[in-house]
Amino acid sequence: MSLRIYAIAYLVFLYAPIVLLPLFAFNDATIIAFPLTGFTTKWFTALTETKALHNAVQNSLFIAVVTSLFSTILGVCAARAGAMYNFPLKRGIIGLVMLPLVLPEIIVAVSLLVVVVQMLHLSLSNWTVVAAHVLICTPFSIAILNGAFQNLDPSMEEAAMDLGESRWSAFRLVTLPLVMPGIISSMLIAFTISLDEFIIAFFLTGANPTMPVYIWGLLRFPGSLPVVMALGTILVAMSIVLLTIAEILRRRGMARAGVKDKGSFL
Amino acid sequence: MWEKLTATEGRRGLLMISPPLIYAILMLAIPIGAIVLFSFWTQNFMDVDMTFTLNNYREIIEKPIYFALLKRSLFVSGTVTCVTVLLAFPVAYFVSFHVRPDRKSLWLFLITIPFWTSYLIRVFLWKVILGYNGVVNTGLINIGVIDEPLTFILYNINAVIITLAHAFAPFAILPIFVALEKIDRSLLEASQDLGESKLSTFFRVTLPLSMPGLVAAVLIVFIPTIGDYVTPELMGGAGGKLIANMIQTQFLALNNAPLGAALAIVAMLCVTAVSLFFVFLNRRWLRGRS
Repeated sequence: MSLRIYAIAYLVFLYAPIVLLPLFAFNDATIIAFPLTGFTTKWFTALTETKALHNAVQNSLFIAVVTSLFSTILGVCAARAGAMYNFPLKRGIIGLVMLPLVLPEIIVAVSLLVVVVQMLHLSLSNWTVVAAHVLICTPFSIAILNGAFQNLDPSMEEAAMDLGESRWSAFRLVTLPLVMPGIISSMLIAFTISLDEFIIAFFLTGANPTMPVYIWGLLRFPGSLPVVMALGTILVAMSIVLLTIAEILRRRGMARAGVKDKGSFL
Repeated sequence: MWEKLTATEGRRGLLMISPPLIYAILMLAIPIGAIVLFSFWTQNFMDVDMTFTLNNYREIIEKPIYFALLKRSLFVSGTVTCVTVLLAFPVAYFVSFHVRPDRKSLWLFLITIPFWTSYLIRVFLWKVILGYNGVVNTGLINIGVIDEPLTFILYNINAVIITLAHAFAPFAILPIFVALEKIDRSLLEASQDLGESKLSTFFRVTLPLSMPGLVAAVLIVFIPTIGDYVTPELMGGAGGKLIANMIQTQFLALNNAPLGAALAIVAMLCVTAVSLFFVFLNRRWLRGRS
């Protein structure tokens, strides 16, 4: 019983900052502090009028969409290879691909920065951010897709090939529909990670900032903080919706593959 | 050619893993090799002097500021790891042992949601919670516990530790949960049948068996926290800056990328050394018991 109380208190601790967000987003005061003064939606209106923000959002959406596609494709390759084949150096190779999960993000950021700017003499752009985001999102995609690919019966694809399908069309017609929920779930998670990522984007973003980089700039000006709160509220609401869809799809995918849900993909 | 590549299972597997592997080599292995190389060069105003030198490392050893920052970073990461893992263990234990099996995914989903929402904004909100006119201070003043706002909870190391412990909570809970789930429940019954109390069963059976999860949790919190510069920048004030802030400053503001690269490598090596030492101690401890 006391454990349950502790666990609930822990959840309260986890959610404390997020719960405050809408309070201040709708609060009629420029200073972010208690007591609340009154209800307003003007901070949300201000969001629709800021041109620089719209550009930043566009950049971030572009980066997040491209990242989610690439990291999911790479994730499918790795999860399929890991689940269905034995090959030399398997553990080492998978370990290298999963390494960004534990690597400090600043290391990824500075090493790519050095290569792009100092060694290749290229300029930074949305694509440099994409390159880094694909790297850090792929391990998450693999973790999600592992659930879909493991316990997938290889004899089903073999049966399709015995019946005259090629290796690729057997994959497309038999395996792909089975792992589709996992694929969409992986794309949604990668999209969410990329959209919110700041530490790497700050180093690798070009002349046009991404949304988190833009928010970072706003945090220095006390006057713009309510607008940040409004933006944050929208972002958090969107993340929760996307994550819920991802979770539902992931569970459906596990059920389709006949795996007992162990509760989490990590 | 294609037939040759797909002839054996091993080759098909390698072909399948090659896109993510090549990507990891190009975007991770080679760039990390590049900063190692780069750390032996020097910045010469606008150009980089490519002669091999240990000057960057010499500077890091000779100037006390770098050592102080590194020490503080390791202290903060270590404390955050202890706090996070100790607070997380009971939650993971609760979800694994006391929650109905069909409810477990819901609990884990609730635990992970805050982790996915905008990191910057979460950190900023801790500032709102811990600030001079923040939630904690106004709350405590209103219920009459304190008369003056507390000042030791913002713009110092404490604030950095609280915020990071919050940010990495799910990272600590999930691996511990997975390890606890794997424990065969009949072992616990066996232990109690053989006369151990509930408490001694926990310390002699559950805890040693959950060690792999605990070690994973420690590493997955300890290593990444060293690279965070957002939390110390926003929450740390003047005395709470860490090594990652210095790396960021060297790269972006001071335009001394080689020194920044050397600092990044030194930080990485320290974290790796501490982690390996921890894993080694843990192995010895587990072996000593069996």
